Amino acid sequence: MSERPSIENSESHPGILVAGGDWTLANAQALLALLAAAPESAKDIDGRDISRLDSAGAMMLSRYAVKVGLGLATVAVQPEFQPLTGTVQAICESPPRTRRRDYGVRQMLGRMGYAVEDYTRESLALVGFLGLTLKTGLGVALRPARFRLTPTVHHMEQVGLDAVPLVILLSFMVGAVIAFLGATVLRDFGAEIFVVELVGIAFLREFGVLLTAILLAGRTASAFTAQIGAMQSGEEIDAIRTLGLDPIELLVIPRLVALVVMLPLLTFLAMIAGIGGGMAVSVASLGITPEMFITRLQETLEVRHFWVGLAKAPLFAVVIALIGCLEGFQVQGTAQSVGERTTSSVVQSISLVILLDAFAALFFMEMDW
Amino acid sequence: MSAVDQETAAIQVRGLRNAFGSQVVHEDLDLDVRRGEIIGVVGGSGTGKSVLMRAILGLREPQAGTIEVLGVDALSEAGRSSGVIEKNTGVLYQNGALFSSLTVAENVAVPLKEHYGELPEDMIQDLALLKIRMAGLGEDAGAKLPSQLSGGMRKRAALARALALDPELLFLDEPTAGLDPIAAAAFDTLIKTLQRALGLTVFLITHDLDTLYTICDRVAVLADRRVLVNAPLAEVEKFDHPWVQEYFHGPRGRAAQAAQAKEA
Repeated sequence: MSERPSIENSESHPGILVAGGDWTLANAQALLALLAAAPESAKDIDGRDISRLDSAGAMMLSRYAVKVGLGLATVAVQPEFQPLTGTVQAICESPPRTRRRDYGVRQMLGRMGYAVEDYTRESLALVGFLGLTLKTGLGVALRPARFRLTPTVHHMEQVGLDAVPLVILLSFMVGAVIAFLGATVLRDFGAEIFVVELVGIAFLREFGVLLTAILLAGRTASAFTAQIGAMQSGEEIDAIRTLGLDPIELLVIPRLVALVVMLPLLTFLAMIAGIGGGMAVSVASLGITPEMFITRLQETLEVRHFWVGLAKAPLFAVVIALIGCLEGFQVQGTAQSVGERTTSSVVQSISLVILLDAFAALFFMEMDW
Repeated sequence: MSAVDQETAAIQVRGLRNAFGSQVVHEDLDLDVRRGEIIGVVGGSGTGKSVLMRAILGLREPQAGTIEVLGVDALSEAGRSSGVIEKNTGVLYQNGALFSSLTVAENVAVPLKEHYGELPEDMIQDLALLKIRMAGLGEDAGAKLPSQLSGGMRKRAALARALALDPELLFLDEPTAGLDPIAAAAFDTLIKTLQRALGLTVFLITHDLDTLYTICDRVAVLADRRVLVNAPLAEVEKFDHPWVQEYFHGPRGRAAQAAQAKEA
């Protein structure tokens, strides 16, 4: 039932083009070829032989009509197609199309600009949120009756206790890996015994707290964001506000307190597990007995390393809790937004934790601590 | 379109039976939709309006019955694999169902690229833009993501995608739900204008009495698991059935009638 489209010079009236056949999307390929080969000029176009016309066909007819110096309005078509040609003409031949797609430098610059603005805004929001939380926290501290113990304990369980196996397992593994690495290098100098210091200092100063913080950034920051984000998109946060409650006090303070308490405790476990991992490798493959390992640890390791490591834990806890909660509050309605914000909260908290750790390492080194 | 196929049905449903477990939604349901008309499908909640649409679109396999869409048996393997129905139907889902990760223009271009991928890229872009403007959106809307649009604009963007392939048949699932009365009236006008301009057959599910009175040529009432009546509005209003009487002669129905009478 499909007729081939055509456009050719009229035999009886030279200069007038006669269009016919099916001018439809299904024939678009043929039409393109046809119109490319069609005469460059015409006095008039007669479209009354067109048997089927859809908006794609009308658009191509309109483009051709404009190209030869006519407009779609001058093309005669069957009355049933007139509403269509009218609509398409109004759209296709209306004021010049300003914009074309732009894949180039401008777009890249634009995106860079957006990203910079975005980061600035996020940083400001985080600082603002820190202030807000501190203020609310102070209020709660002054009136301890307002402190919500039950949710805090609940979050402690989720954030701390439930994470214990994971933290221990991973720290143990990393401790073992570090011992292996150290042993391979130190064996050449016949100094395998220094593996004890390597694992000890590494875990007390850096890895214990860093590993725990990164794990919790992935595990807890995302959970905070998703919990608060789901509440935000369900208008629960608005309900909390209109009921005269403070969402910061209700949602953020318990999470923050739980994390600030639990992260140092988990860090302590991670330190022990990491050193345990190092000891396991030393015993299994370096010929160092557990007694030797512990004695050496006691003799060479100063307690300041432990404090340097542990001092960072509450700081990281604040960063993770704040970013997790803040991103949750920034969720806008849709499920997709919850996903985006969760990703963003994990990425931000991990990066910030590592960044702060680097600064802290510099600081402690300069201070000779 | 000649006078002959004007008379032939665009959709013909016979003896349709749809059931979910023991709950029967449709039993022996017949429905005819003529080419070039706007048919409004109404019915209380749970009467299976959306189920009927999904069955016609081949998204749901009915337990019994035949469905012919544009002369093609929609339930046979041959009919489904031919692609005739996909290429000739456009669907506007209740919530738009725009792909949220693509811009509006990319959304409209998806079916074009899928079915007419051999066309040059700029042709596809121009066609997408044409549809966006036909749906009453500005050119700048094309570069936006669905989440950046208001509810009414999102409906229009979804309509632009539904029109992408120049379909003969347009399915609309509650197009005015969630729009304010002014936006709803504008959307009704848009549907009517496009239907006239493009010669569309429109299958319109709605609860909006104003839509029924303003743009529908015929109304099919779904109740008691079948199409109770399928006729012009004036006839349907007089149909003797408690639900129909309450629907058209309740306070909202009367208000819509009065509004229509005022305009006419």
